[in-house]
Amino acid sequence: MIRPKRLGMTLAHRAAILLYIAFALFPLYWLVKVSVTPNDLLYSEGVKMWPSRATLDHFAFVLEHSDFPLFFRNSMIVSVSTAFIVTLLSSIGGYALSRFTFRGKFWIVGLMLLTQMFPLVMLIAPIFKMLSPLGLTNSLSGLVLVYVAFNVPFATFLMQSFFDGIPKDLEEAAMIDGATRFMAFRQIILPLTLPGMAATLGFVFTAAWSELLFALMLISGVDASTFPVGLLSFVSKFSVDFGQMMAAGVLALIPACIFFLLIQRYLVQGLTAGAVKG
Amino acid sequence: MASIDITDVRKAYGSTKILHGVDLTIQDGEFVVLVGPSGCGKSTLLRMIAGLEDISSGEIRIGGRVVNDLDPKDRDIAMVFQSYALYPHMTVADNMSYSLRLRKTAKEKIAAAISGAATKLSLTPLMERRPKALSGGQRQRVAMGRAIVRSPKAFLFDEPLSNLDARLREHMRGEIKKLHQDLGATSIYVTHDQIEAMTLADRIVAMNAGLVQQVGSPLDLYDRPANLFVAGFMGSPAMNMFEGTYRNANGGTVELAQGVVVPLAGPAPTADGTKVTLGIRPEHVLVGKTGLEGIQALISLVEPTGFGTILHASAFGEDVKAFSLERGVAVRGDTVSVSFPVDRIHLFDTATGSRIG
Repeated sequence: MIRPKRLGMTLAHRAAILLYIAFALFPLYWLVKVSVTPNDLLYSEGVKMWPSRATLDHFAFVLEHSDFPLFFRNSMIVSVSTAFIVTLLSSIGGYALSRFTFRGKFWIVGLMLLTQMFPLVMLIAPIFKMLSPLGLTNSLSGLVLVYVAFNVPFATFLMQSFFDGIPKDLEEAAMIDGATRFMAFRQIILPLTLPGMAATLGFVFTAAWSELLFALMLISGVDASTFPVGLLSFVSKFSVDFGQMMAAGVLALIPACIFFLLIQRYLVQGLTAGAVKG
Repeated sequence: MASIDITDVRKAYGSTKILHGVDLTIQDGEFVVLVGPSGCGKSTLLRMIAGLEDISSGEIRIGGRVVNDLDPKDRDIAMVFQSYALYPHMTVADNMSYSLRLRKTAKEKIAAAISGAATKLSLTPLMERRPKALSGGQRQRVAMGRAIVRSPKAFLFDEPLSNLDARLREHMRGEIKKLHQDLGATSIYVTHDQIEAMTLADRIVAMNAGLVQQVGSPLDLYDRPANLFVAGFMGSPAMNMFEGTYRNANGGTVELAQGVVVPLAGPAPTADGTKVTLGIRPEHVLVGKTGLEGIQALISLVEPTGFGTILHASAFGEDVKAFSLERGVAVRGDTVSVSFPVDRIHLFDTATGSRIG
């Protein structure tokens, strides 16, 4: 039997969560709503929660008559490569920061922190100047390179904190059992860090997927445009084609959703429970 | 199985010295317990034997071979950690077979080894479970099983029972002792618990502040502690210690505070007037009715343990602890007489801390 007071508290608690979720998801809902609203109803119906007539025309147009599939492919290549390269580098780096003491560690960490302090806008000109003679502007690999460089420091700190959470005893036990340090890392520590790696992967993927500033500045041709840059092409000098833009936005959400569905099982923590006294 | 020789082993982290030169020889098949308060360097020494810490100077040999620069995996030792350090993503069977799989042992041999260990430790019904589905005692047994499957040269135990509750600790203590009697393996066991040290060890190495204080059989350390540290560390309730002055007159006596004079069994090999510390274990203090020969004391606290009674008595400005197996010897506020049997008295030089005689 739940006492009325506790029931009231529980209800209030749930209502607060519900309110927050509604608030957070409302823009998403609006995105979907506009993407299925026919152009003739967009301005004529006023503010309505759902159009009187829904259509998939915008989606069809975006997929068949725009460069969106190309942008989409470019974004995929850039984001997936960035996510995997960053996760690999930050896992190795994070492990080193977590487990080893070495000369210059303090300064390396300091420098890594320093890279996080500048507003990116300040760095665009010098980066453009550097990449241009190397032929890396207007190319996907140039973009990947820049994204990796800017994501590695933060991801390394993230991974370091995951490694810090795994008791040192485990790899010591493995080394006494007959493993080299690298084998202990690969067979014992890495499987336990999967949630951390999934989180890093997801974090970097989304960051690269939605990055606009560098993509806009470093890429000028349609061939190498990523999808955030492509979205801007729906804004012309005289009008904004909201319906198509939102349809493209909805489509762009799909890979991010699929990606998180794939890694969500690793995001759930608790894999290390039972390793040491718990 | 192998012997372990430790020669002048030192450890320093930068300018902080942890071990100041340890010499120790552990015989093949011996069970040696390193005991001491936390921070005394016992765990560091064990980890140096395991190869988990570098040796700053000195030499460690396992089975005659110098292992200073060998990786842990090449030393052929097994270790049980305080935290158990079970691999959480592996089943009990996989945890136990990991070392054998790394050595590419044949499948049939692995199966035989782990089923043998499982039987010995009654783990057979748990073999497919993950560590998180086990209780503390079961995890402890898996950690032991992981150590015994591959018959290493030596077993190292780093406070393996500290995380268990009192009852289970007592039980596992017995299991470890039995296991050692079965396997006859060279074992080094680190603990801060002097009961564990007393019950398990063939030989105890008492350590303090990075130095070995005394090496000997458990009863040796208990009956003839080499210095004040060992005297105070071994035994519970702890030994009574009173500072005084040694007098050669009357066949050797110690003058304590307030003019109390305690006779000794005979003259001690030290100069008249030396500042000494007189030690006597609580169970050796005799408590009797007033009027009898002895020192007048006032009972200030009575602690019944069920097994016996700990009496605290105030005499000559000190707190004298006495342990009696009998109940109802005295109640708080009683005036009693306490006396120290001459053959039970330990004498230490207060300045150096070492035993006299």
